[in-house]
Amino acid sequence: MIKPVYGVIAEFDSPTALVNAARATREKGFRRFDAYSPFPIEELTDALHLHKNKLPVIVLIGGIVGGLTGYLMQYYVTVIHFPINVAGRPLHSWPMYIVIAFELTILFAAISAVLGMLALCGLPMPYHPVFNVPRFAFASRNRFFLCIVATDPLFDREKTCDFLQTLGPREVSEVAP
Amino acid sequence: MMAQSTDFAVSGELLRDLRVWRSRAAIVGVAALAVTAIGAIAWPAQFFRSYLWSYVFYLGVTLGSMAWLMLQYLSGGAWGMVIRRPCEAATRTLPLLAILFVPVGLGISSLYRWSHADVVAADAIIRHKHAYLNVPFFLARAALYFAGWLVCSWYLNRWSSREDREGPAVVHRKLATWAGPGLIFWAFSITFMAVDWVLSLDPHWFSTIFGMLFMAGQGLSSMAFLITLMVLLSYRRPMSDVLTPRHLHDLGKLLLALVMVWAYFSFSQFLIIWSGNLPSEIPWYLERLRGGWQYVGLALVLGHFALPFALLLSRDLKRDFKLLAGIAIFILFMRYVDLYWLVAPDFLKGSLGVSWMDFTAPAGLGGIWLAYFLLQLEMLPLMPLRDPHLEEALQHGRE
Repeated sequence: MIKPVYGVIAEFDSPTALVNAARATREKGFRRFDAYSPFPIEELTDALHLHKNKLPVIVLIGGIVGGLTGYLMQYYVTVIHFPINVAGRPLHSWPMYIVIAFELTILFAAISAVLGMLALCGLPMPYHPVFNVPRFAFASRNRFFLCIVATDPLFDREKTCDFLQTLGPREVSEVAP
Repeated sequence: MMAQSTDFAVSGELLRDLRVWRSRAAIVGVAALAVTAIGAIAWPAQFFRSYLWSYVFYLGVTLGSMAWLMLQYLSGGAWGMVIRRPCEAATRTLPLLAILFVPVGLGISSLYRWSHADVVAADAIIRHKHAYLNVPFFLARAALYFAGWLVCSWYLNRWSSREDREGPAVVHRKLATWAGPGLIFWAFSITFMAVDWVLSLDPHWFSTIFGMLFMAGQGLSSMAFLITLMVLLSYRRPMSDVLTPRHLHDLGKLLLALVMVWAYFSFSQFLIIWSGNLPSEIPWYLERLRGGWQYVGLALVLGHFALPFALLLSRDLKRDFKLLAGIAIFILFMRYVDLYWLVAPDFLKGSLGVSWMDFTAPAGLGGIWLAYFLLQLEMLPLMPLRDPHLEEALQHGRE
């Protein structure tokens, strides 16, 4: 019986090689792959097409929910639950609500940004298969890795390995799940 | 570096464009001012009102540009490098604006109630303010503001062109050192200017945030103007080689920030006066929230804040030259509306109205100002030549 794999991983010497490899992989048609580098590489973000994600929408929704929460909470307290006449002002004194509605907009948007980022990254993640590759420890020192995941529709154990070999890596290896 | 420096000169094709725009602006300006002058003879009171708010608008674009110019010497950044020369050109229009202040000076007795001895005698509140609000002191303060602005403008331009010739060794530090005190002077002068020229139209009223509202307004007007200008310049060399979407993105972020700052100051003023509910403070708002003016106020909330705010949140929009310029032009229009809403209700007393001179005066002043600005703009290369951070600014967004 053939053991299943998580994917195949290639190790590169330089950030340039990694960026070129990521571009070539994307051009080949692969979509489910990730790159690992010891430091942020601006070009890599472009090569992986990471600019568009769902985070802005999550933050926007968080902000709107926060604003509504702030406004409606004050409306409930001052109009419905505990109405008090303050110097003849209307119970629904909307100018006074704005400040707190604004603060809660910011608070909820900020919390959504942090939690949304963690959720989209799949964190916390106690186990990840790439650590099964012994040399992957170098990803936090001076090596650059590109991993194509087996769930990609184009993935084929041998052909994908061969393809990665053509990109000039130091080494290509399979990743145990 | 020097080989590259020649590339920033205004190219032949751009020069042709600039001269076409300039002659058109001058024709519109002179024609509209001529028509306004007829109005000035027939209906001087209306003329002075229309002239005042139009004048404050163009002065705002100019002084806002001066503030950005000083700010970018303090903060650094590629955004400041690309708008530096247009900002400098705007500050060089200050001598023209000093001359154009003359009609405001001539209109004092028509515009400001506190300038009449009988009004002062009959009104205890105005009598108490008489030590500050009197014609000689008003004119002396105006002279002081202009003196300060002209000195700032003169040094900023002189040192910047010296940097082009001699390099940054001595002079760049000077620019950065004097930008700080210059900005402080700007903040104080705008506060007093706003109180003198606009707030004192209603001499009973006061608001301590009024000056900041004008600072935000000036920053917004000038940034919207500069963005529109940069987009127009981006079609021709040299700026077609310089400007990247990332530069524009930075300017768009500043525009968004200023939209929010303006809304923040405006709302703070409103909230404090609304919750205080004092008879000495609320008449100013009551005047602006009845007789049709409330719809203008609502239009400001939506058009001066909500709409540009929502649109400018988008990253893609801030990187799209034409869309961003469209929003900038819309904001400039809303700036006119805002100043009109600040000035006109004091005279019209509860009824919404607009005079034909409220169109010809801004068109006339704007045409003359723009023509003079474009004349200043074509005189120097469109980028600083020997700024120590020039290379970084050019690389910004090139990857």
